Amino acid sequence: MVIVKLENVGLRYGVGPEILRDVSLTLEEGSFHFLTGPSGAGKSSLLKLMYLANRPTRGLISLFGSDIATTDRTKLPALRREVGVVFQEFRLLDHLSTFDNVALPMRVANVHEKDIKKHVTELLAWVGLKDHMGARPTTLSGGQQQRVALARAVITRPRLLLADEPTGNVDDKLAVRLLHLLEELNKLGTTIVMATHNEGLVRQFGHPRICIDGGRVEQMGPLRGPRRGNVRMEGKIS
Amino acid sequence: MTFLSFNHHKDLPLDKDPGTRFLPWLIAFMVYLAALAVIATSIMQSISARWEMGVSDTLTVQIPPQKGMQQDQKQIEASLEILRAHPAVVLAAPVGKARVLELLEPWLGDAASLSDMPLPHLIDVTVRQDVPMDGQALIEQLNKVAPGATLDDHRVWLDRLIQMSRTLEWGAYLVLGLIATVSIGTVFFVTKTGLAIHHDVIEVLHLIGAQDSYIARQFAEHALYMGFRGGLLGLAVAGPTFGGFAYLYHQVDRALLPQIDITALQWVAVLSLPFLSALMGYLTARSAVLNSLKKMI
Repeated sequence: MVIVKLENVGLRYGVGPEILRDVSLTLEEGSFHFLTGPSGAGKSSLLKLMYLANRPTRGLISLFGSDIATTDRTKLPALRREVGVVFQEFRLLDHLSTFDNVALPMRVANVHEKDIKKHVTELLAWVGLKDHMGARPTTLSGGQQQRVALARAVITRPRLLLADEPTGNVDDKLAVRLLHLLEELNKLGTTIVMATHNEGLVRQFGHPRICIDGGRVEQMGPLRGPRRGNVRMEGKIS
Repeated sequence: MTFLSFNHHKDLPLDKDPGTRFLPWLIAFMVYLAALAVIATSIMQSISARWEMGVSDTLTVQIPPQKGMQQDQKQIEASLEILRAHPAVVLAAPVGKARVLELLEPWLGDAASLSDMPLPHLIDVTVRQDVPMDGQALIEQLNKVAPGATLDDHRVWLDRLIQMSRTLEWGAYLVLGLIATVSIGTVFFVTKTGLAIHHDVIEVLHLIGAQDSYIARQFAEHALYMGFRGGLLGLAVAGPTFGGFAYLYHQVDRALLPQIDITALQWVAVLSLPFLSALMGYLTARSAVLNSLKKMI
């Protein structure tokens, strides 16, 4: 099944230049892709389109088979709940505890508090933060914050997980550990797109890449190792 | 103001906003003013009704005192005869001297010191509203038997008083309207400030799939609590103020002002002010947030 489909997508902010140009790609269910490219290439902008933070200025985007342009605004939150996002800088809510940060997507989805407690506790144990449930994000290390952000992104078992440079502020050891966690999720069926600058990780884990430069899709396929997942890209290649 | 806390998960730290600190106090002040305005309106209604009921069908005839009691008595009796014969007159009765002294006491002091003063004789006249009466012809008739007699038609000044009372009543309604407008405006801008302060948190909530109503509910419930707390405080301060006014009113009540009846409905209106301010806060905040969130994809 196609999870994300972009056709001739263009994006510009205000009257500025086009950040993304003629991007066309299809992500199949269960795929794992690295999103790579230099700073300012449009990686975050592409992810923002996928997690419905922005609308494209042209072209078509469909998520889980729903055309975003024609989907009623009141139905978009339900689509967003199918997408987990690990934001750049994590964007944890400092006034909430670790537990409440992770519980947030479930509360938003109106899940019963009893179920929230059970699932959040289990997940925090899985990411090794069971002893930090009451801690505020500001008291956690970068690696711990990263895991809280990941737990928040996956607590509702999203079909698509988008991670925007989640390893940017952590050392290589933690980055590798995060990748292993993502691979475990991927094995459970979650489609994953992870933006990264870390070429070492891309080589080590060998997933197909979506390479962006100057707003255009530039390259595809793994940098090394067997190709996992299935991506078709028709963007202009410079 | 930590009372009246509800056990809710608050994703937005609205309690710590600068606006939150002053909003209950401002609402308290507004509710205080609103309570006074409601009571003022009730008093005006009560006074108008009393005046209208008590005086609209009455006249007073004044007969100046003459040199001797006998002559005075003759003039009074002749006047009574004319009045009682008039088809519009239901009742004509002389006002006793003791009652006249009582009426003059607030202006001229102790009744004992006035007992030797020559005072006009008064006749209370009750008339039918449905029978026309030519006041000028009547006074001419009375002057023939009691020279210098005058006729005070209460309806003339009563109309003016009622007009003034109604103007004040509408003024009170206007004040209530202004209070409501200012309160709504304040809650609106405090909510807008909250939206700006918590933009990042709201964006995260939005992106993880929160419905607009989920975010709006948090602002609306917060405004509801603030409105209710402020309303209770305002009402608590208004209570002693009413007590003070009532005390002062009763000092002059018997002589100058009519008895005031505040109905159960009017008390309910006053006591419902905290609930109304809470509801106003809830609806204003909810509407402001929903309108703002519409701009997000």
